[in-house]
Amino acid sequence: MAQNKKIMELNEVEVWDGNYANASALRQAGVDVISAYPITPSTGTVEGYASFHANGYIDGEVVIVESEHAAMSGCVGAAAAGARVATATASQGLALMIEVLYQASGMRMPIVLCLVNRALAAPLNVNGDHSDLYLTSQSGWISLDACNPQEAYDLTLCAFKIAEHKDVRLPVISNQDGFMTSHTAQNVRPLSDEVAGKFVGDYLEVNSLLNFDHPVTHGVQTESDWHMEHKAKQNDAMMKSASVIEEVFAEFEQISGRKYNMIETYKTQDADVIIVALGTTYESAHIAADNMREQGIKAGVMMPRVFRPTQIEKIANALKDAKAVVCMDRSAPGGQLGQLFQDISSALINTPARPIMSNVIYGLGGRDMTVIELEDIYKKAAKDVENGKLSGSIQEWVGVRGPELKYYNVEGN
Amino acid sequence: MAQHNDVVNNLYKSKEQFENSIWDQGWDEVIPGAAVYSFDGEIQAPVVTTLPEDRNVAETNSMNKYVGDWRVVKPVWNVDLCIDCQNCWVYCPDSSIISRDKEMVGIDYNHCKGCGICSDVCPTNPKSLVMFNEQITNEDALNQWPEKKKKGEK
Repeated sequence: MAQNKKIMELNEVEVWDGNYANASALRQAGVDVISAYPITPSTGTVEGYASFHANGYIDGEVVIVESEHAAMSGCVGAAAAGARVATATASQGLALMIEVLYQASGMRMPIVLCLVNRALAAPLNVNGDHSDLYLTSQSGWISLDACNPQEAYDLTLCAFKIAEHKDVRLPVISNQDGFMTSHTAQNVRPLSDEVAGKFVGDYLEVNSLLNFDHPVTHGVQTESDWHMEHKAKQNDAMMKSASVIEEVFAEFEQISGRKYNMIETYKTQDADVIIVALGTTYESAHIAADNMREQGIKAGVMMPRVFRPTQIEKIANALKDAKAVVCMDRSAPGGQLGQLFQDISSALINTPARPIMSNVIYGLGGRDMTVIELEDIYKKAAKDVENGKLSGSIQEWVGVRGPELKYYNVEGN
Repeated sequence: MAQHNDVVNNLYKSKEQFENSIWDQGWDEVIPGAAVYSFDGEIQAPVVTTLPEDRNVAETNSMNKYVGDWRVVKPVWNVDLCIDCQNCWVYCPDSSIISRDKEMVGIDYNHCKGCGICSDVCPTNPKSLVMFNEQITNEDALNQWPEKKKKGEK
């Protein structure tokens, strides 16, 4: 399907939260099947879409299922049948659907998942952090990250075009921060239904189950005989999807005027100290970086817009002249360094660049990361640059009660 | 019997019987998404009215997957005792009892996994389908067929 028959007239500027932005993008993409089990903070995405459906704006189906495992299973079945499919979830819901995430990517189903990032229990917590985002990091899904409702809307639209591209055929996650983005109404400039529908385009069926003249079995069993070729081919498509993502971003810029990059940078060109962060923290760090520059510290910010596939070359290029890089991970690392730290340091490992690398664990379960705290992180990194070495340990927890929590003390020679 | 064995044997083709076997194919032929086709080309006649041996099944169809070595015991069929009631044909979970025109023609040992349901549901006395160890030849099995059971005998 391409576009719903009933058009919704939109203002040039709408005031939408991230969930409504998602729901609107799903409506405009002309999705055939939404199979979902609402969970905070992604409920608004499903609720918004369901209200569009109830009001006659959706020609497709909304299937409310009994669990997130069933939600993603429904998506896989509908996608195999030849439908354009999407769902939304968060946190525990994502954890429950994780088995099927691997099925979806292995079966090369171009499903779009609106993931509204939330902490994983225990303790039970409905607020934002990146635990669920990181849980998808090896699931074979392309992962895009938004900082605000406008970006969530844009990236969810782009996600369909990337996923369904004939050279990609992989599922895509459109991430946004729980509450900070999903429940914060901001100005959004939507595309008209017609322009958005034309951008996403008609759905291209591949080996549809409903083609009765050419029966096909999806997701068959392969053992040592063929499994590795399938996984290699899947990973190869993931690696090559980068050029398609760039194409889609370029095409989107032409119709919207909004430019998205594989990695987003703010004043990194001449920066000595760079903070790398995902989601809303990337935006807060802009203010902190500007404040730092007024105080004479050359500060910059970087964010991988495309979290997976990891843009190693582009990250390495953006950080090649940095003197200190602080990777901010908003997820309990489980006895290791944070995921973002690992991604970023592996980008630099074989390059001549030797910035002082450190890892900050912050904002778990929705704890605020303020501009003042970000400035302190910049100041500390600038001091390290002055001293020519990391003071203390690689990993530090910030914004937490109790003693200083620092780990991994490796003295460089 | 020769004609019967042909029907049974034609339900399985080894890779040597395919001109361009999937085993000789490489990277470029792998269909993304672990998808496999059931038939070669488009279906010409309705599948339900075409006998299995006449269908243009693809090599990747499970019909061409040999699973006979999953078995440790096998059903042996005694044609002299069989009354063609079709019970075994109805109950076989792997479509391995082959019957044509309501007459049993044989057992598809390429796909039978030795569950023993066919023997269980066989109503004759003695049974026309009896489970034997895999290594016993069918001829030997027929020579040591159980006697007719008396009334009340378990």
